[in-house]
Amino acid sequence: MAGVIASSSRRVAALNLLRRRLVQAVPLMLGVVVINFVLIHLAPGSFLELMTAENQVSDPATVELLRKTYGMEDPLWLQLGKYIWALLHLDFGFSYRQNMPVIQAITINLPATLLLMISSITLAFAVGVAAGVVASMKVRTFWDSLVSVAAMFFFAAPSFWLGIMMIVLFAVKLGWLPVGGMATIGGGGGIFDILHHLILPTLALGLFYAAIYARVMRSSMLEVAQLDFVRTARAKGLSRNQVTLHHVLRNALLPVVTILGVQMGTVLAGSVVIESVFSWPGVGSLLFDSVSSRNYPVVLGIMVLGSLVVIAANIAVDLLYMWLDPRIEIR
Amino acid sequence: MDFLSRFSRNRGALVGALVILLVALIAVLAPVFFPTDPLRIVGPPELWPGDDPDFLLGTDSLGRDILAMIVHGARATLLIGLFASAVATLIGVTVGATAGYFGGWVDEASMRAAELFQTIPNLIFVLTIVVILGSTLHNIVIAIGIVSWTPIARMTRAEFLALRDREFVQACRSMGMGDLGIIMGEILPNALPPVIVLSSLVVAGAILFESAVSFLGLGDPNVASWGRLVGDGRQLIRSSWYICAIPGVAIMITVLCLNLIGDGLNDALNPKLRDR
Repeated sequence: MAGVIASSSRRVAALNLLRRRLVQAVPLMLGVVVINFVLIHLAPGSFLELMTAENQVSDPATVELLRKTYGMEDPLWLQLGKYIWALLHLDFGFSYRQNMPVIQAITINLPATLLLMISSITLAFAVGVAAGVVASMKVRTFWDSLVSVAAMFFFAAPSFWLGIMMIVLFAVKLGWLPVGGMATIGGGGGIFDILHHLILPTLALGLFYAAIYARVMRSSMLEVAQLDFVRTARAKGLSRNQVTLHHVLRNALLPVVTILGVQMGTVLAGSVVIESVFSWPGVGSLLFDSVSSRNYPVVLGIMVLGSLVVIAANIAVDLLYMWLDPRIEIR
Repeated sequence: MDFLSRFSRNRGALVGALVILLVALIAVLAPVFFPTDPLRIVGPPELWPGDDPDFLLGTDSLGRDILAMIVHGARATLLIGLFASAVATLIGVTVGATAGYFGGWVDEASMRAAELFQTIPNLIFVLTIVVILGSTLHNIVIAIGIVSWTPIARMTRAEFLALRDREFVQACRSMGMGDLGIIMGEILPNALPPVIVLSSLVVAGAILFESAVSFLGLGDPNVASWGRLVGDGRQLIRSSWYICAIPGVAIMITVLCLNLIGDGLNDALNPKLRDR
């Protein structure tokens, strides 16, 4: 009975949290749009000039028409207003390079990036938490030192360099794994083929975060182990391993989950570099193409959608935090 | 003295500090070791390290001396790290100090801004800024500073919140001291130790940022930073993977040692926060 009441009150609390976060997300998204919009309009040389030069349009009438279609005669604040209004209708503009709406160009590439992000975070979380737990249970032994040395190494190695070195070893020298891409050309594309291609990029991106989580998890485990409730559990006659796995672990996870939320944007950005190393067909390659050709509608669109992904991931992490932390119920 | 003895008790930090001193020395003396332009072609291409005693670390695909490029690259890499961290610290301390000291809507607005900059994917933002404003060292430093200030602001704010109502601050207020005087002269010196620790870690982060920007080919074209050397060598990993490997090791050692220094500073400056 008590359990039913507790679980329903937690559900209400979760819904309240969700509503509050969604309301907070609105000004945040507005801020993202304004900052990037202003930044892009600081650029010397309008993107219209570049577009006309690239497509070899010189007819003044056509240029004038394009200028009107892209609303470039309006003052900046009006352009911003129109852009925000369009965004609300999921209209991110048109990309002349892909010759399709910006939103379409991005959503084609987004799943590959999300796949890489999710697999890297999962790897980082699993490896980091496991390594941190082992280090804290065997504190000041060989295993503890091994974990901290490995963590120091992966925390300092640039991810793109680690990726290249793994390509040299596992793809070029040993031939175990593919050099890059997401599927074998001709005949590939099955789920195992994609997973096979996913291993190296996931390691290159995920091990950096695994290093952070291992360090945080270790100190958090040691800290929680000092708390009173742990002593009580031991006094009840539970074994050391039982206490560690059932009581300490869950509470020690909280700081790790917090960092996980803070770092979502970093993980998304990091995948851009990794995608370039492994020719992974995600948003990174689109961003790179758009940045170097100054295709600003796409750059802005990636920023806005990327920030949306980060906000959504943060909300998910908050809910996870709440599920893990029994104290939040009281609030 | 007390600080030095506490710092050097951490052996890792001591080693880190010595290595960074060495790297800094190499950076300063680069023109003495290699007086000519490091980007000049001086030998046969793709010489492996050890093949020729004249080129200890070998040559790249064009026949440029890798050791010379690493030594000169140390300058760019260290300078970018230091200046970007300085920019981040300046922004972070200013925002955090005003937020923590004044509280109310200033605090609310500052923390929302920090959240905003944590939401925008940082490296993507850096790439955009660099491409729009131009790939110069100057712009790269500012761009990295702009995405790295949020942890410093949060830390400074927390320190100011804890200190602003302490007796010594109230005493200053009752003596009629102005807000600016109290912030700069009274609270800031007491709030600095944890901020210094974070700033030292931002140097390491900034070096990683810059190396990624240069690796992607968007760095300053006139500067051979380590990240760019990795990027230049990536086409040749089948035959000459050492061209990529060597500058990457240089980045890793430098970042590792800066992190060790950060840990040592943490031990020396915040005895309470040890083992965090």
